[in-house]
Amino acid sequence: MPEILDQARTQVLGDGVGLDEAGVLAVLNLPDEHLPAALQLAHDVRMRWCGPEVEVEGIVSLKTGGCPEDCHFCSQSGLFTSPVRSVWLDIPSLVEAAKQTAKTGATEFCIVAAVRGPDDRLMKQMREGVAAIKAEVDIQVAASLGMLSQEQVDDLVDMGVHRYNHNLETCRSYFPNVVTTHSWEERWETLRMVRDSGMEVCCGGILGLGETVEQRAEFAAQLAELNPHEVPLNFLNPRPGTPLGDRPVVEGKDALRAIAAFRLAMPRTILRYAGGREITLGDLGTRDGLLGGINAVIVGNYLTTLGRPATADLDLLDELKMPVKALSATL
Amino acid sequence: MTTTELWCDRCGDPVPAGTAHPGCASARALEPPRYCHHCRRRMKVQVLPVGWSAVCVEHGEIRG
Repeated sequence: MPEILDQARTQVLGDGVGLDEAGVLAVLNLPDEHLPAALQLAHDVRMRWCGPEVEVEGIVSLKTGGCPEDCHFCSQSGLFTSPVRSVWLDIPSLVEAAKQTAKTGATEFCIVAAVRGPDDRLMKQMREGVAAIKAEVDIQVAASLGMLSQEQVDDLVDMGVHRYNHNLETCRSYFPNVVTTHSWEERWETLRMVRDSGMEVCCGGILGLGETVEQRAEFAAQLAELNPHEVPLNFLNPRPGTPLGDRPVVEGKDALRAIAAFRLAMPRTILRYAGGREITLGDLGTRDGLLGGINAVIVGNYLTTLGRPATADLDLLDELKMPVKALSATL
Repeated sequence: MTTTELWCDRCGDPVPAGTAHPGCASARALEPPRYCHHCRRRMKVQVLPVGWSAVCVEHGEIRG
């Protein structure tokens, strides 16, 4: 057994204290023959500190495309020659999407907009949309609207948005290679305001942007310092027309190593499968990740791409005897 | 483009009628269409948790 896994067994599984950056790096560098042991340990940590339940979420794009930012992975930037056109979702369709999501057993419904930050029109749409969902659908509402002002944070709290997603995307040292129109620190400032407001903080990122393994470890350590309620873990799905459109996808074993390492860095967080897992891990890898530290999934489609049918994930959870977290457990 | 060609709904390049670009066909399993198959216009596409809709101003809406 590698020394780092012995250390993690005592420190993370035993005491609930996450690995530091050096420890995460050691896990990310484990040879293939030790990957099953790392995944098993990460699963044990998840079961001990989070329990067997899996949080299920659906997401929808309220405002698609036409974004002024240049996040190099994103097909919704208006600065690239992506085929994605700008489109708004109307309120009845938003409510219908929430209903579809609730039917899967999901307890979370995240409303997302491709913007630098919300303007008055978007905040008005959010206020009307959240109120309409709350009137008709039994589900928790989360939001992801880019960078916020303090007034907007307060407005979202007032609407009843219980969790806010704002991904750091990658580590601080690599961020300028991925985004040039705003800074990592600006994102951190929004996250600080969200935390101080009492909303739950959802913050993760994308692996496979060209970062080194060392930078992957740096990212895990920076997320652990933030200590978010939830960490969505995406794997790059290279999009045509974007600067990262020709990058290779993350190798399945590297993705699984990252899942184990991020779990060992953050034993108590909700670690969610997000975009890209279908092409990076496939069906078999999806199962391995759920048995290697993941305890939440986005079901159904993503913002501009499609996911596995929700039933495929729900059937898998049933087979693995992992109960879907009930809404009553989230309130 | 001849009358026996249409447009690939993923990349927008010509494609002989009744066929598809192998790479695009594979990718389309996890993507909605982006270009109108008939006229190559970029469509307004809304992805939903279950399904999607795509609208061409000339040829109307399709759903999947």
